[in-house]
Amino acid sequence: MFSLGLTSAAYIAAAVLFILSLGGLSNQESAKRAVWYGIVGMGLAVFATVFGPGVYNIVLILIAIAAGGFAGYYVAGRVQMTEMPQLVAALHSFVGLAAVFIGLNADIMLASVVALRDGGVPLADAQLTGFGESLWKKDAVEIAILKVEVFLGIFIGAITFTGSVIAFGKLAGRVDGKPTQLPGGHMLNAAALIAALLLGVMYFNGAGIWTMVLVTLIAGFIGWHLIMGIGGADMPVVVSMLNSYSGWAAAAIGFTLGNDLLIVVGALVGSSGAILSYIMCRAMNRKFINVILGGFGGSKGPAMEVEGEQIAIEAEGVANALNDADSIIIIPGYGMAVAQAQQSVSELVKKLRAAGKTVRFAIHPVAGRLPGHMNVLLAEARVPYDIVMEMDEINDDFPQTDVAIVIGSNDIVNPAAQDDPNSPIAGMPVLECWKAKTVFVSKRGQGTGYSGIENPLFFKENTRMFYGDAKASLDKLIPLID
Amino acid sequence: MKIGTPTETFEGEARVAMTPDSALALQKLGHECVIESGAGALAGFDDASYKAAGVEVVDTTEALWSAVDVIAKVRAPSEAEVARLRDDQTLISFFNPAGNKELMEAAASKGATLIAMDMVPRISRAQKMDALSSMANIAGYRAVIEAGNNFPRFFTGQITAAGKVPPAKVLVVGAGVAGLAAIGTATSLGAITYAFDVRPEVAEQVESMGAEFVYLDFEEEQQDGSASGGYASVSSPEFREAQLAKFRELAPDMDIVITTALIPNREAPELWTEDMVAAMKPGSVIVDLAAEKGGNCKLTVPDEKIVTKNGVTIVGYTDFPSRMATQASTLYATNIRHMMTDLTPDKDGKINHNMEDDVIRGATITHAGDVTFPPPPPKVAAIAAAPKKAPVKELTPDEKRAAETAAFKAATRSQVTLLVVGGAIMLLIGAFAPASFMQHFIVFALACFIGFQVIWNVSHALHTPLMAVTNAISGIVILGALLQVGSGSWLVVFLSFVSILIASINVVGGFLVTRRMLAMFQKS
Repeated sequence: MFSLGLTSAAYIAAAVLFILSLGGLSNQESAKRAVWYGIVGMGLAVFATVFGPGVYNIVLILIAIAAGGFAGYYVAGRVQMTEMPQLVAALHSFVGLAAVFIGLNADIMLASVVALRDGGVPLADAQLTGFGESLWKKDAVEIAILKVEVFLGIFIGAITFTGSVIAFGKLAGRVDGKPTQLPGGHMLNAAALIAALLLGVMYFNGAGIWTMVLVTLIAGFIGWHLIMGIGGADMPVVVSMLNSYSGWAAAAIGFTLGNDLLIVVGALVGSSGAILSYIMCRAMNRKFINVILGGFGGSKGPAMEVEGEQIAIEAEGVANALNDADSIIIIPGYGMAVAQAQQSVSELVKKLRAAGKTVRFAIHPVAGRLPGHMNVLLAEARVPYDIVMEMDEINDDFPQTDVAIVIGSNDIVNPAAQDDPNSPIAGMPVLECWKAKTVFVSKRGQGTGYSGIENPLFFKENTRMFYGDAKASLDKLIPLID
Repeated sequence: MKIGTPTETFEGEARVAMTPDSALALQKLGHECVIESGAGALAGFDDASYKAAGVEVVDTTEALWSAVDVIAKVRAPSEAEVARLRDDQTLISFFNPAGNKELMEAAASKGATLIAMDMVPRISRAQKMDALSSMANIAGYRAVIEAGNNFPRFFTGQITAAGKVPPAKVLVVGAGVAGLAAIGTATSLGAITYAFDVRPEVAEQVESMGAEFVYLDFEEEQQDGSASGGYASVSSPEFREAQLAKFRELAPDMDIVITTALIPNREAPELWTEDMVAAMKPGSVIVDLAAEKGGNCKLTVPDEKIVTKNGVTIVGYTDFPSRMATQASTLYATNIRHMMTDLTPDKDGKINHNMEDDVIRGATITHAGDVTFPPPPPKVAAIAAAPKKAPVKELTPDEKRAAETAAFKAATRSQVTLLVVGGAIMLLIGAFAPASFMQHFIVFALACFIGFQVIWNVSHALHTPLMAVTNAISGIVILGALLQVGSGSWLVVFLSFVSILIASINVVGGFLVTRRMLAMFQKS
């Protein structure tokens, strides 16, 4: 058995290791080491807690950890890289659910401990858990604060849970990706929020655990309804936001339990998600509130008329242009992930690089359905990461580029964002691929993108449309490159 | 449908409207191709190569005209050719309908359909059949070559053992398709190239080709070419004066002048006056691409090369594309082929003459017995009007410094405001909350602070691993459940058990998937 002091020491070490583990992600090489810091930190924290003071039912704990660990191991080994967004969303929901349960537990235990204490049972005979003991020692003000913390933990946790479940469903294609809302829209959310706050006040003033169960349901409804109202293309923001919420929920639970390690980790995760959301919103030139409340900002006038026509091209034409080109930039998007074309892209790149051409990738921050998703997909297909560039690194190089290939992206290469002040995406930073000498767009058909905005890029003089499934098109193209 | 190309009857015309390559493409549309024997000879395509491409070669003009449904040729038809037309026939060629009214009416009375390649509207969709641009491109290139042929010096400057050679100075007047082609050719030969155009918006294109744009000191708003479909229009007398003054100033310095200024349906404007020619050095060359329309220089004699008294050569040829017959035929035949593609939308060898289509409507000058010229204005504007850009004011160093100071002050102000407000909130919480809460709150605030600092440094490429690793470490809520699972209440035990279970999924799954992802990132 560890003493409280030893446990605290282990917690400090774990907190430091977690911070190092996040800090190590600043580059690809140090990241490989950093993940071990996180694993050791987590092991230390769990070990110190299990063998620390006031923890019982070790057998149950071991069964739960073994079962959960096995499930985690199984999922982590099996998941396709294209399914990462779903996995991340699913894992968020677990944190949310656990936070709700722990919050409810805290209230149940509070009631029983207070009953024991007021019943005059001495502390030594009460046979309390570590948490129970700390509850025993709380005075009235501390209990009041605890109730606020329980409320926050449950409220945020429940939103995170149902929100993540819906996000998971949308990303996995099991729930329709289109934004849908119940009649009443955000008024309904506002009403639900007020109801939850009222229940919180009742709970604070002594009403029983039923208020918290109701809050769980209401917050669950808010999470469900909020995310149902957000379209598939905005999922990077949603997932980042839920990431942030899962952190804040953990932090709230940390306050409830008086556990500093939980607070530290919750704050780290919360701020990480908040920063990711901010980066995603900036990359779409939209306000966070605007994304969360769904729908694009109202356009200020008729969109500029697109003139010209989309000129199709066959694999031979693309191959000729690629054989003549010296510098090539590839812009992948969600369509590449959908078509599972990353392996073909990698093969094409390998061939082009073997022919002595400069090939690079341009990644827009919101390409895909998860921040950094394209990087992972390309890494999986063994594309070296030092030719995968961020938007700011590569955007000035397009005028000196012979060929730009757009694979399954749309809004992130839409020139209307710069040219048309009335466009719904006006002002969004975009990859200026149209400045390359020739642009090939691999696209399934003539439709508009996820946002439904017409893309003048497809009508430009130097753009050729390479229609067809991305993977099939590329596989046709590869043998033609010499 | 049968598409046929006769031998050009115009004296000296070497081009042909169908090449073996274009014939192959036409056959893919479901058409059959016919050519008159020897039609491609001057352009370098013999009968055998047509036969090899599956084209039927007929011996006489009569046989060709009677056999086919569509005639594709280069020059406008002669009266004799119009007389051969049948009411079900379509003729595609250059026509100049504004100056060729009688012939057009004669064709209309025959019931034949005439498609004038020079009437293809200038919209981006129709660029692939814009034969005027194809030919102008060749003319611009050839103009420089012709000038070089008559110019007794190098284009590029050289320092040789035998002494220094100055580079030639070339002035291109009119930066349309021909002008730009001339600029490109002249600069790539090494000449110092200047260019002028009445439309200031082409300055950027001129500079992108490597020439220097000649600006006028002229206050009046210069004309916007986008209003007139990209063509130049007539300028005001004051503007003209300023322009001529500028040319007069340049004339003694220029070795080669290439004029390409044309205004649709008008006599070419006089831009290079006799006194400018007189001011030029002996040996200089003027190539007047507007010779057919009277010339930008009044001394130009169409179709001839003359030398003035002061030794300036003036080239007035009007057949530059024909002098490059192979290239011109290839491009023209491709333009025709694109026109046929639009006329055969279903690729089934059947012509669907859709008069609702802007391009087809614009180019058709007679159809079903009626003269359909001039066409109504196209539904889409040719070129989007360039938005008037407000000139960006150059900031003086003082202003820049002031702006920087102001920005710095604003940043300081917002930061201080944030700190003050944050501090006030802390104080407020501290005034009411018990000490035990404040201890945790300090930890929370510091952790948020560290989180923001650390996460900003995370590489964008690693955002997905970042999310996975935060997934894993937010599994730390397992600690909460661990502290509760020993409770006496079965409900608490059950809920804690479930929490431990799902939190361990997070921990193990999150870390493992992160590790898997990171292992994939490899350097080349």
